[in-house]
Amino acid sequence: MTGLAARGPAALTFVRFRRHRLALASLALLAALAVLAAAAPLVEAALGVEFGRVDLLGRLAPPSWAHPLGTDELGRDVLVRLLYGGRVSLFAGLTAAAVAAVIGTAVGLAAGYRGGWLDAVLMRVTDGVISLPLLPLLIVLVALDLEKLGLPRWLIDSEDVSLYRIIAIVALVGWTTVARLVRGTALALRERPFVEAARAQGAGPARIMLVHILPNLISPVIVATSLAAGNVILLESVLSFLGLGIQPPLPSWGNLLTNAQELIWSAPSLAFYPGALIFVTVIAFNFLGDGLQDAMDPRSGARS
Amino acid sequence: MAAHLVQRLAQSVLVLAVMSFVIYGLIGLMPGDPVDLMISADPDITAEDAARLKQLYGLDRPIVERYGNWLGAALDGDFGYSRLFAKPVMEALAPALGHTAVLLGSAFALSLLLGLPLGIWAALRKGTRADYAVNLLAFAGISIPPFWLGLLLIMLFAVILGVLPAGGVGAVEGGGFWTGIRFLVLPVASLTIASVGGHTRYMRAAMIETLRQDFIRTARAKGLSPARVVVGHALRNALIPVVTIIALDFGYLFSGALITETIFAYPGMGKLIFDAIMGNDFNLALVALLFATLLTLVGNLMADLAYVWLDPRISFGRARP
Repeated sequence: MTGLAARGPAALTFVRFRRHRLALASLALLAALAVLAAAAPLVEAALGVEFGRVDLLGRLAPPSWAHPLGTDELGRDVLVRLLYGGRVSLFAGLTAAAVAAVIGTAVGLAAGYRGGWLDAVLMRVTDGVISLPLLPLLIVLVALDLEKLGLPRWLIDSEDVSLYRIIAIVALVGWTTVARLVRGTALALRERPFVEAARAQGAGPARIMLVHILPNLISPVIVATSLAAGNVILLESVLSFLGLGIQPPLPSWGNLLTNAQELIWSAPSLAFYPGALIFVTVIAFNFLGDGLQDAMDPRSGARS
Repeated sequence: MAAHLVQRLAQSVLVLAVMSFVIYGLIGLMPGDPVDLMISADPDITAEDAARLKQLYGLDRPIVERYGNWLGAALDGDFGYSRLFAKPVMEALAPALGHTAVLLGSAFALSLLLGLPLGIWAALRKGTRADYAVNLLAFAGISIPPFWLGLLLIMLFAVILGVLPAGGVGAVEGGGFWTGIRFLVLPVASLTIASVGGHTRYMRAAMIETLRQDFIRTARAKGLSPARVVVGHALRNALIPVVTIIALDFGYLFSGALITETIFAYPGMGKLIFDAIMGNDFNLALVALLFATLLTLVGNLMADLAYVWLDPRISFGRARP
């Protein structure tokens, strides 16, 4: 205990986080998945297979040295497609979570610091977004005609437009967790003496929010972003699975499952792997968020 | 109390009105309108014909005016025709509403019956292995992709074991009551697993928080049995925050139903909305989406009623004797 007393808050947080073994394991797992996904071209080269190559003679092949997880209904290597799908799914999920975190922080900070009618309106909207049946509404958003929205032609015709669209749409509904947590913290920080001191020195509301309150919001933002990342990845996979998210030939864990459903009688393992990877990723983000919450806010102490 | 309910009711009507305009506007932004669809079905229609038709149906009017017309007709009970089902929207909607009510109702009830006791049980054993295991299972339930869970259930029970049907509803297949149940087992199980984790975690957290309060220590000090302390003193208080979150989760449950219904080819509201949007059935999509919104608003209103029952201090404005 004497050792702990000499450490700063950041070190204490780290010590508490380290005790949360499940969160540590999750972090390691996420890092491993990210490295594997990033190394997809290397694996591709090592196996001597090509990501998009169709081999109609070698369809639905069982696992072998050439194809460690076998091949799919068009004879493509399952492992390499999973890794490339991971690149897309993780990129989409993390980007959308980051955008959602920015929106949520802005909304939560404005509501919590300004208070009054702005707080009432923003929180009503946040609760409204949470309580709506989101998936059906998202399906409408996905079906929107980008031309009628007035987006430039080059963007609509771009190959990756389905990727950007899904990131934007998922971020649009993923910010609520962050907003609520940030608002709560901002509300408490507003009354603290250091904010009063800044105000007494003549700092305006914008300066107080950005320079004095925002840095203190980092821990709730990290916690909420980690929890939101899990939800966002889940939502992306659902929409891609329904054929509304990321469009083939760009592979994602969600759209790899779309075809697998039809083949469930003949090749059940095709449906197993992508879903298992989504499951593992989402649960890891949730454990991580939970562990970070315990570590950063000792009072929440469900475990201490 | 009555005044509060009226106020909440008015709020809900307002939300519904706003949502109807937003959804109407969004559907207008989807590719194609009814006349475009006619053109694609009949190549003989000329550009002048199309323009005349658009004028005839009012499709060249500004969106606010078109919405006004739709709303006027809707308030008269005329929601238009469904393109996919070739019958009035309400007739297409009614059976789907019934199917979804059965699926959602069973899954919601089961999830509460399993999740709340499990959450309390874990809270009373906070920090033990049992608590840890419950927590782990709850996280697994929250994190599992619902469509994958559905596929796994189909794989296990329909493909490998062959004991349950992979999709559809019993009534359509011409079976009796027990056939209907057999068709319901997998969809209900799938939706229940997807929501029970959340319910367990909310209940556990609220119970742990309540058990820390002073009045619980007092109750224990009076010598009450542990069961009386939990059931008689802690439970009602712990349920208050749980009801709030569960009510907010109603929309989430509906989203889950959409996925479940699509996987299991279950002809409910979620599948109907999906098919209507994909099939350019604008009239049906609009009304079905509004019904889904209404469903969640009703869920929130019911939570308000539950508060009054749970917490006698909440009287919503009227002074109590």
